[in-house]
Amino acid sequence: MSIEAKISLRGVEKRFVSGRGEEQTALSRLDLDIRAGEFVCLVGPSGCGKTTLINLMAGFEKPTEGEVIIDGKVATAPDPDHIMIFQDYGLYPWRTVLGNVLFGLQARKVPAAEAREKALAALDLVGLSHAVNKHPHELSGGMRQRVSIARALAVEPSVLFMDEPFAALDAFTRLHLQDELLRIWREKKPTIVFVTHDLDEAIALGERVVLMAPRPGRIQRILEVQLAHPRDRTEHDFAVFRKQLFEEFHLVHREAAEAAEYSI
Amino acid sequence: MRRIFEQVLLPVMTLAAFVLLWQVVAGHYPPEQFPAPSDVLKAIKELSDNGVLWTNIGISLARFGAAYLLAVVTAIPLGLFLGRFTRCHLAIDPLIQVLRPISPIAWFPLAVLWFGIGNAPAVFIIFLAAFYPILLTTISSVRSVPPVYLKVSSNFGAGARMTFLRVIVPAAFPGIMVGLHIAVGTGWIHLVAGEMLGAQSGLGFMIIDARNFLRTDEIMAGMLLVGLLGLAIYRGMKTVEGVIGRRWGVTR
Repeated sequence: MSIEAKISLRGVEKRFVSGRGEEQTALSRLDLDIRAGEFVCLVGPSGCGKTTLINLMAGFEKPTEGEVIIDGKVATAPDPDHIMIFQDYGLYPWRTVLGNVLFGLQARKVPAAEAREKALAALDLVGLSHAVNKHPHELSGGMRQRVSIARALAVEPSVLFMDEPFAALDAFTRLHLQDELLRIWREKKPTIVFVTHDLDEAIALGERVVLMAPRPGRIQRILEVQLAHPRDRTEHDFAVFRKQLFEEFHLVHREAAEAAEYSI
Repeated sequence: MRRIFEQVLLPVMTLAAFVLLWQVVAGHYPPEQFPAPSDVLKAIKELSDNGVLWTNIGISLARFGAAYLLAVVTAIPLGLFLGRFTRCHLAIDPLIQVLRPISPIAWFPLAVLWFGIGNAPAVFIIFLAAFYPILLTTISSVRSVPPVYLKVSSNFGAGARMTFLRVIVPAAFPGIMVGLHIAVGTGWIHLVAGEMLGAQSGLGFMIIDARNFLRTDEIMAGMLLVGLLGLAIYRGMKTVEGVIGRRWGVTR
């Protein structure tokens, strides 16, 4: 482990007991260091344990073995300094947009006037100042995800965990939100761990892309994407990284498919 | 035009046809056995003129309101508690499952023994009829709060109190509303039963009293009023639900 690691996974393993009583290894002895302010993408086919891994880092689950260390402390429970953004937003439908963003500040017992100011600033940052009094059901999927990002930013977390946050959105909205996220990241510099199954998204966003493989869930390869942000998706270098990742991904996929055939 | 036809004309036509059929069929029987709509209207007017009707409606509504309110203030807190604490729910669930299928009317002999004749046994029976639907929907609404709501709440470091009052209760609220709605129906149905058995006033008693004097027109008048008032309460409830639904972001 390097000294300046923000998040450090040491021999993290997660096993589940399936419905039939068999023990299954979702993640097998995994080591990974993430620097403060780094943008890391986790990609892989379904069943590779990427969602399990982000849930472990965010403290929603505990590893069967090994440790998740954040800021030098073992992470065992959710922490308001490490906010998770969910694919289905997790907004409270009975609260307005502003009310949703205020939730985290109210949980921290921030005085009302100050909380309001912070919430409005966060909403301004995601471009939703015009919709503060709407309810989530009045918003599009993209706008809802902006609200949940604003809710996270309002409490100024040092880490953002994002579990396929843009997977449910249409392609245009997705590209737009990717750019917005990069802008926010450059402005606030949180550490971001971003789970996706979209390889292009991973290359467009991540400084490092961690490719995972299934059965058991493990790290296959870590790709350093040495391209400056914002990245031009049509550029040659982008295509080179894309090709590299796609080839590796096909390998993982083929191995997984073969393993599945053997097990039948 | 089509809306007016479907929502106003069509039901009105059915109603008119029904009343007409009733009038024609009733013509073949003596009015003591099967009164015609016109006889029932006359009876309603008579009961209304001498004030009996209004007194009884007032008493019935008061009993219903008291019993319903009692059911709401006991079943909702209990349901929230049992929904939140799975162990307690597991412990108490068999008891609920045994008590629930017992018709509130079966409680009547005991209710009279315990509370005597008057308001109390009727209120008790309406209370029982309203209690279980509210309790069960509250429990299931709390248990089916989406896990992501709780994850968000714990992620932001909300305490148990805040999570309960500001996440679980509002998230369960639309489900609880359904229970409140069902309970209005079951409660109102048992109002007549409760008042028939142990009361000396109210719409249920009015029907029983009419039976003792073989006033079939008054029996039907009582029945009709119970139906109409039930409809009015149901409509009122729907309106409240709509307002709350919009507020909660539940589009209907």
